[in-house]
This record gives sequence, structure tokens and C-alpha cells, in this order.
Amino acid sequence: MIFLKKLLKGEKRTVAQTISVVENEGDTKILENIFKYTGKAYHIGITGPPGAGKSTLVNAIAKQLLEKNKKIGIIAVDPTSPFSGGALLGDRVRMTDLALKENVFIRSMASRGSLGGLAQKTKDVALVLDASGMDYILIETIGVGQVELDIAQVCDTTVVALVPESGDSIQAMKAGLLEIADVIVVNKGDREGCDSLIMELKFALDLRQQKAGWHYPIVKTIATEGVGIEELVATIQSHKEYLKRSGRFEKDRKEKLKLHIHELIEEKIKSHLKEFVIKDDELEKIINRVYERKLNPYHIADEITNKIFKVREDV
Amino acid sequence: MGKKIRVLVGKPGLDGHDRGAKVVAAALRDAGMEVIYTGLHQTCESIVEAAVQEDVDVIGLSILSGAHMTIFSKVLNLLKKRHATQILVIGGGIIPLEDMKKLEKMGVGKLFGPGTPTTEIVDWINECAFAKTEQPKTKRVKAKKSRKIKVRRKRKK
Repeated sequence: MIFLKKLLKGEKRTVAQTISVVENEGDTKILENIFKYTGKAYHIGITGPPGAGKSTLVNAIAKQLLEKNKKIGIIAVDPTSPFSGGALLGDRVRMTDLALKENVFIRSMASRGSLGGLAQKTKDVALVLDASGMDYILIETIGVGQVELDIAQVCDTTVVALVPESGDSIQAMKAGLLEIADVIVVNKGDREGCDSLIMELKFALDLRQQKAGWHYPIVKTIATEGVGIEELVATIQSHKEYLKRSGRFEKDRKEKLKLHIHELIEEKIKSHLKEFVIKDDELEKIINRVYERKLNPYHIADEITNKIFKVREDV
Repeated sequence: MGKKIRVLVGKPGLDGHDRGAKVVAAALRDAGMEVIYTGLHQTCESIVEAAVQEDVDVIGLSILSGAHMTIFSKVLNLLKKRHATQILVIGGGIIPLEDMKKLEKMGVGKLFGPGTPTTEIVDWINECAFAKTEQPKTKRVKAKKSRKIKVRRKRKK
């Protein structure tokens, strides 16, 4: 397996081509082969609303980590148009400092219809980067609203980036984005309203149940100028140490693996359903009867699922 | 979802006129491609590195500075060095017809001058990508051979 050797060494063209295969094809053979080499990289997620400065923050964080001689993989997700299926991936524009660094690998991904802020295959692509020997993997979501929270299921530390215009304490008390934050960044810290947002956030976070031993730090940054980045990286580092010290690192990762397995099973069942269980012409007949109100959808769903599981019981 | 055509749109050198690059990027996006835009003032090295990491099918360079002969040949050379010659290089901008011919001989896929309808670029990329998935090597070689034969015939006349 020359290919596998090259991948594990982190040869960039091989890594890039492997990612393409993983991203485009349903075939999981490569992932099965590389899985045992993964699990070493620390995953940091950066999320936040559009224009909060996520890409610029990723650029700044990566620069800091590079100084510590770390290898960094970056996955930057941008949205796919639901109309044309195309995408403009522009995160690299903010990452020109990293373009030629030997220890950095940047991959832009289009969300391709996924609604959780990441692409469906982001997790798999992260596995490829993990196997290629990265110390850190930075994953940047698309610009999110309040409920695109997939990032927390992929990353060890989730950084939520806000800007002074992001709202008040009521916004911060709502369910969603802030609930997944391990570290909160208020970027564009030179703008008006920054300090009052930090106060409001502190107030809102005080009302929230704290995870044992971890208080939610708020870091003020001006990412374009590198202000506050050192503190941000140190905060992420201390979150990492906290996770390891408290045993949550292992617990969280196991939880994520469980979720991953569930997802894979779900996917398999879904495709199986479409292929084998419901044939189109059969379904059409059923739909006609449902339309005439002679059958109801709840009963049909029960009947079909019972049929599937009966088959299993017989075996 | 299956494979999408991935295109890197780059602005090499010091020329800061990126309107055209953005128009093309938007057109390719609307045609269902994934377009990676790298921003202004890129070096040839950073463009090739990005193209390799992003595993794109096509690099599109916008050059209005007059440096096209230098930049295209450098990009082609760097791609050779990275064993990434299957990435198709195309371009647009203010490029004289003579230079266009030279560049296409050098290995640049196609050059689109001012006033080209964006649909022409989209169609051309789609066609090439399709040809690539069909039979990559034979088609290209055939095309080259036929071109050479034509040239010889002309000389004889």
C-alpha cells in the first residue's frame, strides 16, 4: 500500500485526492482502512454568524499554533446554493498567510445540502486529515444562525465567534448557538458596543448551569490585527487540559463515536428503505388510497416498519 | 451527492482588477460548480499549492497586467513539479491573440478574451470535465496529433 504510506506521511497531493474520494463517493473502504490511525488530532471548531470573522480567526489561531511547531489541518465549509448546486468557497481569501506553510493543509468544502452548518462528509474528511498526522484540526462552519450545531458533535473544543452587533443578553439566553460554546470570542473588539456585549454575555452565562469545573471564558479579539489571539489559543489549551483532567475528553469522544455509529446505521437503513422496502409503484397505490382517506399514513408507516423488523426476527 | 467540478479562480501578481474574476466565479457557481476564490495578489506558488490541496479540476487565472507569458508558464511548470498536470489551466484577461496562440501551444487549455459570454466558459469547462471522465489521455493526445498534421499540410502548400 504505497498510497496509504503516502497518506500517513501527509503527502499533500495524496491527502487531497483521498479527501475528494471520501467527499464524492459513498465508498467507505478508505475510511475503514485509515480509521485505526486516527484519534490523535485535537479538533477545534469555529462557528458563528456570517461575517463574524471566523476565517480570519482560523488564520490567526493557525499562525499561533504554527509557532509551536504543530501540524494543522483546516476544513472551511461554505454553503452550497440550493438553487444551482454550486458554491463559492471564499474562506481562503482570509488565510493567505498560511498558503505556503509546509505544516498547514487547507481544504474548502461546500455544504452540499446539509443543514447543520457543516457538510455531511466533514467528519470523514477530518478523519483523513487526522490520519495524515495533523496535531490540530480546525473546522470552520458556514455562517450560522441559531440552530446549526453540528460542529459540537465533531469538535473537542467549540469556539463561538460573535461581534459587537450580535445582540443582547436575551439573545444569549436563547437556546442554540451559545449552548455549544466552550469558548466565546467577541471579535472586532475595536468596535463600539464590544464591552457592553461582553458584560451582557457574562450575565447570561452566569444564569446557566455550569459544566463542573469549567467556566465559559469570553475572549476579546481583533483578529485582523492579531490582538487577543495569544489569549484565545491559551484559553483553548486550558479547555483541552480541563477535558483531559476531568476525564471528559474520553467520555465526550465516546459519546461522539456512539452518535457517529447511530448516524451511519440511520443512513444505511434510509438507503435500504429507498432501495428495497418501498417500491415506487407500490407506494403510489398506497398514496392514492391515503389520498382518498381510506388509509392513513400513520398506520402505513407502522405496517411497513413492522414488516422490516419481522424479517429480522425470523433470522 | 456525486462529484462536482471544482475550479480555482486566482488573481496572480500585482494587478488588482478582480471584477472579471468575480464575474466568472459567480457564473461558474451558478452553473453548479464549486469555485474556490483565492483573492488578490497571489503568487504562482500559492495558487498551485491551493489547487493541489483543494484537488481542483481546473485553474482559471485572470491576468490584466500583461504578465501572462511569465505567469502561465510558471504555473504550468509548478504543476509539473507537483505531478498535478491533469489540472487544466485556463485564463482570461487582456491577452493579445499571438500570445494566446503561444500559450495554448504551451499547454494552457483555453484563453477567453474580453467580451466572452460567461456561458461559453461554462460550456467549455463542462465539456472538458466530461471528456476527462470519459477517456483522459487518448483524447488529448489525439487532439494534439491532429493539430500537428494540419500544420504540416499548410507548410507543404
